[in-house]
Amino acid sequence: MRIISYLCANIPPKQTYAIPLCAACRIMTETLNTMNTKRLLLGDEALALGAINAGLSGAYAYPGTPSTEILEFVQASPVARERNIHSHWSSNEKTALEEALGMSFCGKRTMVSMKHVGLNVAADPFVNSAMTGANGGMLVISADDPSMHSSQNEQDSRFYADFAIVPVLEPSDQQEAYDMGAYGFVLSEKLRIPVMVRMVTRLAHSRAVVNCQNEADAQNEISYPSNPRQWVLMPGNSRVRYRQLLEDRKEMERLSEESPFNKYTDSPDHRIGILASGIAANYVAECFKGQCPFPVLKISQYPLPKKLVARLADECEAILVAEEGQPVIESALRGLLDRGLKVYGKLDGILPRTGELTPDSVAEGVARLFPEMRDKLVPMAPEPHPLVVPRPPALCQGCGHRDVYAALNAALEDFSNPKVFGDIGCYTLGFLAPFNALDTTVDMGASITMAKGAADAGQHPAVAIIGDSTFTHSGMTGLLDAINENTPMTVIISDNLTTGMTGGQDSQGTGKLEEICLGLGTDPAHLKTIDSLPKNFEDMKRLFTEEFAYKGLSVIISRRECIQTARRHAKKK
Amino acid sequence: MKTDIILAGVGGQGILSIATVLGAAALSENLYLKQAEVHGMSQRGGDVMSCLRLSSEPIAADLIPLRGADLIVSLEPMEALRYLQWLAPEGRIITNTVPFVNIPSYPDLEAILGDLEGRPGTVAFDMDAMARELGSPRSSNMILLGAASPFIAIGCDKIEEGIRTVFGAKGEKIVESNLAAFRAGRAASV
Repeated sequence: MRIISYLCANIPPKQTYAIPLCAACRIMTETLNTMNTKRLLLGDEALALGAINAGLSGAYAYPGTPSTEILEFVQASPVARERNIHSHWSSNEKTALEEALGMSFCGKRTMVSMKHVGLNVAADPFVNSAMTGANGGMLVISADDPSMHSSQNEQDSRFYADFAIVPVLEPSDQQEAYDMGAYGFVLSEKLRIPVMVRMVTRLAHSRAVVNCQNEADAQNEISYPSNPRQWVLMPGNSRVRYRQLLEDRKEMERLSEESPFNKYTDSPDHRIGILASGIAANYVAECFKGQCPFPVLKISQYPLPKKLVARLADECEAILVAEEGQPVIESALRGLLDRGLKVYGKLDGILPRTGELTPDSVAEGVARLFPEMRDKLVPMAPEPHPLVVPRPPALCQGCGHRDVYAALNAALEDFSNPKVFGDIGCYTLGFLAPFNALDTTVDMGASITMAKGAADAGQHPAVAIIGDSTFTHSGMTGLLDAINENTPMTVIISDNLTTGMTGGQDSQGTGKLEEICLGLGTDPAHLKTIDSLPKNFEDMKRLFTEEFAYKGLSVIISRRECIQTARRHAKKK
Repeated sequence: MKTDIILAGVGGQGILSIATVLGAAALSENLYLKQAEVHGMSQRGGDVMSCLRLSSEPIAADLIPLRGADLIVSLEPMEALRYLQWLAPEGRIITNTVPFVNIPSYPDLEAILGDLEGRPGTVAFDMDAMARELGSPRSSNMILLGAASPFIAIGCDKIEEGIRTVFGAKGEKIVESNLAAFRAGRAASV
């Protein structure tokens, strides 16, 4: 890419991708393509490699399915190591996003990745990063999890980008994910604003052959914003900036109209036009075996390109919207009154309103609109086999969380109405049989704060159970609230020395949980540590019982290395 | 040419290394490939499934449509039956017969095996026993791959090359034991 940009005098370096190439450049590109490598990559990995090859200087993240593999790929990349590209885990998504914003402030290309609910945690800096804008190219990658394979909701990150006024790239396949690394940085630097890349589970965790550049582009040198006032979001500066941001939205939309990732494919049957975004475009293609009789507008860059959408509306009698996640585009097309253009999609039940799309649900939707196509599109599938029973996930055999729950349940038997406030991690599985140990699980850190609210209401015992990584992510501030009021409640930090559920990433509090708790002001007489082992069952139970009896705040750190990481460490030795 | 495969098993059993080997083979054969896998919560002992699609033409969806799979390849017999809705009418099941019992309500094994054997083209045998006989008890997944290989549109030599690529870093001994498992599985299948 770099070589081409120097060939073409009117294209500044690193801006090639956003601009159609001249004939000479196209030939050069084809020659260069033969120098490329084919690699088998997950969508997450393709995006990470695309960013590395486009001169990435720092990657920031907190682990969360389905986004974890993005930073893991950077950590494992020899190029990243050689270039000293930042790739440590951050304490949470908010700190990660702010760290990335600081790197962008210094003119370097950076990315921050998280799962969709992580964007809630990072929402404050995300929305305000649209106000400061970016200096070095900045990608905010948010991986949505429709069907809630490993999440507590199906929220759609595109809503955030819409109200923050940030452009979105939504790759439909692994190659686009790779290409959007470079394209996203160019877009971000051109518009001087962070760019969201919206991933979804099926793309994040699906592998395909990707054409990659052999060599990584040079990194940006340090350079500071040309508009320093904009980075100080005092009202006087913000008012000026907000007017500019609204003005810049026009340019964002213009670039969407021209985007190589937004494609209009005409076909003869204009009874409907299909508007398919991201990975949904593949399901439409699959459903018609690549021979779709209807015009298709594929959307992978936002804000929505109004002219392209208008063409589809003008040329077709109705529009079917196929989008993964919540009905973002469909709602925009319908508007509040929904009286104009005929629109089909999730809001009228043509496509399922919940869960991820599949080739079959898209085929079923088309068949509902055109019953004569049903035989061709929708196969007769047998019923699920009567012998097959569900196999829910469970805590591993040899997992310390099991010992905590066993002892906790035993200690709580003495109380008629104990409440246990859970949190996000492997130990959420304590809700299921045989433990049935949790009363709530809401969001990262909510165990401690909800136990506090319950204790404030008079609940006893009020027990919070939280993992070590979740504690340093969002538990510490809530603990400070409880310490300041010496709230009568018991906090159990089930420390497995890792971030377990996402596969064993470093946990930010490892080796210093006691110091953190004491530093925040926990009473040393009620900060207890115990090893979560089957042989310690009686001791754990006694410890829990004693601390439930204390009319103030207790913190119990129960510790045992995650069985999965322990096995890995044993193998390495 | 295309082969759409549903890989099935229980989290932690190792279905993904089958996918990795076929991926390496597909790459060297210049085939298109898409392989959707499950990460996160389900990996903790729950049912796991991966869609593996190989083709000489570009592949649209990462997921296999209902009644689209040429093969169900499973490390566990009940898990093989979980995905029958995706099996093509002329598709076939290749499965290990050893149950992975980590739930109290595991159904009658005889009934499951009887059902599997009643389906035309099924290849089902005790792959754990074969792995133990070969002296590498953890190679059941390569036996399964071997048993499935006659029905996958990639040359046997290319799959063996894939095994060398994937296990190469672990040393020649591991490569050889996995190759032996692959060949034994293939021999038992055809």
